[in-house]
Amino acid sequence: MSNDHPLGQTPSQTVGPFFAYGLTPEQYGYNWPSIAGPEMADEATAGERIIFEGCVFDGAGQPVTDALIEIWQADGAGTYATAQGRNTGFTGFGRAGTGVAGDGVFRFATIKPGAPSATEAPHINIILTMRGLLMHTFTRAYFDGEARNARDPVLAQVPADRRSTLLARQSAPGVWRFDIHMQGESETVFFDL
Amino acid sequence: MVKVLTPRDFGSHPAYIDKNYRSTALRGPTRPLIPIRGISLAAPVYGHDRVSAGDADLTANGRKDGDPQGERIIVTGRVLDDAGRPLANTLVEIWQANAAGRYIHVVDQHPAPIDPNFFGGGRCLTDDQGRYRFVTIKPGAYPWGNHANAWRPNHIHFSVFGHQFGQRLVTQMYFPGDPLLALDPIYLGVPAKSRERMVAQFSIDATKENYALGYVFDIVLRGESATPWENHA
Ligand SMILES: [Fe+2]
Repeated sequence: MSNDHPLGQTPSQTVGPFFAYGLTPEQYGYNWPSIAGPEMADEATAGERIIFEGCVFDGAGQPVTDALIEIWQADGAGTYATAQGRNTGFTGFGRAGTGVAGDGVFRFATIKPGAPSATEAPHINIILTMRGLLMHTFTRAYFDGEARNARDPVLAQVPADRRSTLLARQSAPGVWRFDIHMQGESETVFFDL
Repeated sequence: MVKVLTPRDFGSHPAYIDKNYRSTALRGPTRPLIPIRGISLAAPVYGHDRVSAGDADLTANGRKDGDPQGERIIVTGRVLDDAGRPLANTLVEIWQANAAGRYIHVVDQHPAPIDPNFFGGGRCLTDDQGRYRFVTIKPGAYPWGNHANAWRPNHIHFSVFGHQFGQRLVTQMYFPGDPLLALDPIYLGVPAKSRERMVAQFSIDATKENYALGYVFDIVLRGESATPWENHA
């Protein structure tokens, strides 16, 4: 660390297997309000309602049923909420554990984000952590078929042959599927940001 | 003005794959992280309004008909960036086992007693000085399946957001003098130079007379760079 930054960063540790009652209590049926959950949008939210879902697969291809997924996105107009003034009913932040829906699926009810700026493509920021992961990972989901993907500055920094790991694909009308592979041939791109 | 964070100091963090922590073998990414530069994104907006004052007292927030069992403690500290600046109004969430080493989580099958008066989850927002404070019960050690006769040291799980998206931290706080630390692959997965940053310090100043011992645990997140990122070696 430089002189400007004399304090050492606190090391990361795994979230462990037992986070559910603390971080996702409502989703798992504990009697404590969650600060965020998988239901991010309601009837009043402006924008195109979508289901954003997927699975986290380990290196043996098995679904991970104790992962925590956090997503953070812009609203339908491409604007991120701020604590001061946010789009009513939509913060853009969602949290889901993969131990409830069955088969390790995470499923967010949200809206399709708009492009945050003229140069960026619409995307969902993802923080992933789980038992066996000593430090959370950052990734992003872009939307397959979106013309602006071609000139997104972050996608441009990803080797062309790995960009497809960052694409959510429409699996049914209004349903976007984004699987995360921790390892293997199609290992998802994780970012250092 | 783009706010740029100091890099994650990978020399202070554990590697993704650690042969002594078996679950990492199939879960840690194997390819290098791809650096992306120039990203400026504030931390997520969450339900600030859902955090209530009582959430920081774990000796009370799960109470049904009496006090929870075990040794009452105070855990307090500051959330700082690596330049020592306090991070005000940021969410600190904790979860932990009860005094017997049992989590309320239904998946925890360790045959130690559930405490009907202890839930184990807490949260609060830091004050103007970046300070947080919890009243809780000292968590017990518990066994796990990593290797023969494996036990986790006493620990409290922490989750912190900070002010920028890239400041996210999930960690664990340990207790000073715990003999299990020297045997725990999760603790030992962190480089030796930075492990002790996860160990709280006993503090007589944080101790409340006739009530509870106090422990201090400061949390240091990446800071905003004073100079452009590229100028850092
Ligand atoms: Fe634990």
